[in-house]
Amino acid sequence: MFYRMHVLVEMSSTSIPLGAAQIKERLEREVEKAGLSQEIQILESGSLGAAVPSPFIAVYPDNIVYAPVKIGEVKRIVEEHFLKGRPVKDLIYFKEKTPGVHAFLPRSPLAKEKRVVLRNSGLIDPMNIEDYIARDGYLALARVLSLSPEEVIGIVKDSGLLGRGGAGFPTGLKWEFTYKAPGEEKYIVCNADEGEPGTFKDRLILEGDPHSVLEAMAIAGYAVGANTGYIYIRAEYPESIRHLETAIEQANQRGLLGKDIFGSGFDFQVKIRKGAGAYVCGEETALLESIEGGRGEPRVKPPYPPQSGLWGKPTVINNVETLANIPPIILNGPQWFKNIGTPTCPGTKVFTLTGNINNLGLTEVPMGITLRELILEIGGGVAQGNGLKLVQTGGPSGGTMTPDLLDVPMDFDTLPKYNSALGSGALTVIDDTHCIVDVTKNFCRFFLHESCGKCTPCRIGNKRVVEILERISVGEGKMEDLDTLKFLGEHMKTTSFCGLGQAAPNPLLRCLVFFQEEFEAHIVDKKCLTGSCEMNKGQKVLVH
Amino acid sequence: MKIKTIEDLKKIKEEAQQKTALREGVGDYKLVVYMGTCGIAAGARGVMSAILEEISKRELKNIIVTQAGCIGLCDREPLVGVEKRDGEKILYGNLTPEKARQIVASHLVNGQIIGDWVVSAQQ
Repeated sequence: MFYRMHVLVEMSSTSIPLGAAQIKERLEREVEKAGLSQEIQILESGSLGAAVPSPFIAVYPDNIVYAPVKIGEVKRIVEEHFLKGRPVKDLIYFKEKTPGVHAFLPRSPLAKEKRVVLRNSGLIDPMNIEDYIARDGYLALARVLSLSPEEVIGIVKDSGLLGRGGAGFPTGLKWEFTYKAPGEEKYIVCNADEGEPGTFKDRLILEGDPHSVLEAMAIAGYAVGANTGYIYIRAEYPESIRHLETAIEQANQRGLLGKDIFGSGFDFQVKIRKGAGAYVCGEETALLESIEGGRGEPRVKPPYPPQSGLWGKPTVINNVETLANIPPIILNGPQWFKNIGTPTCPGTKVFTLTGNINNLGLTEVPMGITLRELILEIGGGVAQGNGLKLVQTGGPSGGTMTPDLLDVPMDFDTLPKYNSALGSGALTVIDDTHCIVDVTKNFCRFFLHESCGKCTPCRIGNKRVVEILERISVGEGKMEDLDTLKFLGEHMKTTSFCGLGQAAPNPLLRCLVFFQEEFEAHIVDKKCLTGSCEMNKGQKVLVH
Repeated sequence: MKIKTIEDLKKIKEEAQQKTALREGVGDYKLVVYMGTCGIAAGARGVMSAILEEISKRELKNIIVTQAGCIGLCDREPLVGVEKRDGEKILYGNLTPEKARQIVASHLVNGQIIGDWVVSAQQ
């Protein structure tokens, strides 16, 4: 069958709630009605990111993107564009004259973007393995199988790739530790339990390009000597799970997973394990407990997973985004990767823009970009022209960036110098109409809810912090509360058992210093400077 | 089909690329079927279907088929433009589905321009 036109409809968890499934259905019906179903192929694709509003329709070979598409406009697009060849000018979001699938990507407003992880998202049909193969899919795996495991680990080490889950640990080292650990049986685990509020990059990577993660897991398996991989994914991601299941099935059918891959004698299978919604299970040892069927509580470290992980066997645990970097590193070489980003943190980072910002969604940029570029250029500025109060990077457990840090390069090395952290790449923008007591209270409530209760500093500390903040926010705070909060926060940070409790007081501690004035206004003057919290709703007092 | 060697993978890749090639927007030939109201009234739909069928039947690769609106030559409709990559642009007029099939066979397959039906030619 020769199709003259490919129409890609964005089918992601961002676009589906906005009616993408209905749009696709309507599109199919209208195309059928116009007698074009033999000529036009309608496909699904993942998200194109923050710069293209959802849901979009990309039309090839015309290189035209309609976005955001409303269901009522579908008929017009089909009748005018598909049937009569007249693109509907007032609905076009993007049109690029240069031929090529991704020709429109390096263009404004995406000029700062550099797509490595998202190289295929939005451009291929993730439910079709051939689309992935057409763009060099599984070629990296084929090449790796002709190398020795040491050579593969060497490439990943040389690339300087750091784990993208938030901690920034060198991936090559993790692989090497696991490779060197004694034991017949080893495992690869993909951490897709993306629970950090404001982070949704893994979801969109898995939806838009599931095969890249499967391929990388098989590469990791070959490198460390593992034959089984587990993807631990939150059950709240049904679309990612659906795409992964299809991808695993297709890869198995093609022999790209399973027994004797590429005739090399190497076997690798991938299984999916769904999480039941506990935030702590994103912590790697709690995640392992959960896969084993236990209660999601962190383990004592050391031993670290490369020595003793899943069922006590050496285990590599990598984040989705980390894995999606692997195939291009193998194909293009470590030097290519090192040329992107900063010297100590090479490569790109996928950020998810949320909160009070104009362009919501994900974007992939070289490491070392500043917050100013991300928010003003890619994010299109703070929504409704309000002032910027703070940006929470990496979700509540990450770092708090106040407006004085707008020009700090964002990477794993630099941000800790400013008591902040890159974390998972969430950027939650909070404008100056929000009350800081309210904001910190909400963050702390989240940790109180998600604390697994295993250790006292986290279980009791979060409880006390929330109680004090609740008191302050209704005008019953005392000045010594501020010292108590600081004391509690610092103790939680140093004595909690796992990352959850250690990171929980981060936003609170920074806000106590930077927004001291606002806390004091709640305690001393019994009023909220923004008028947005429960203290004195409605009586708005301008801060600036 | 199971992929057992890197050659198998490359073969599947080539096949898959032919299917997705049109998303790259570059082909050896680009056909433009003019689909203004005048074109459709004169039978451009039938011409389009015939072209696609013929390409499909002959399993031609690297051909882009697209459409455009009216170019002001309404009495010569249905019109089809055939553009060679980095080469001449030929505009055929007063076509029928049968003539369109012959253009595919003669022009696209053998590189023979059918002079009698040419409206204009551009180097």
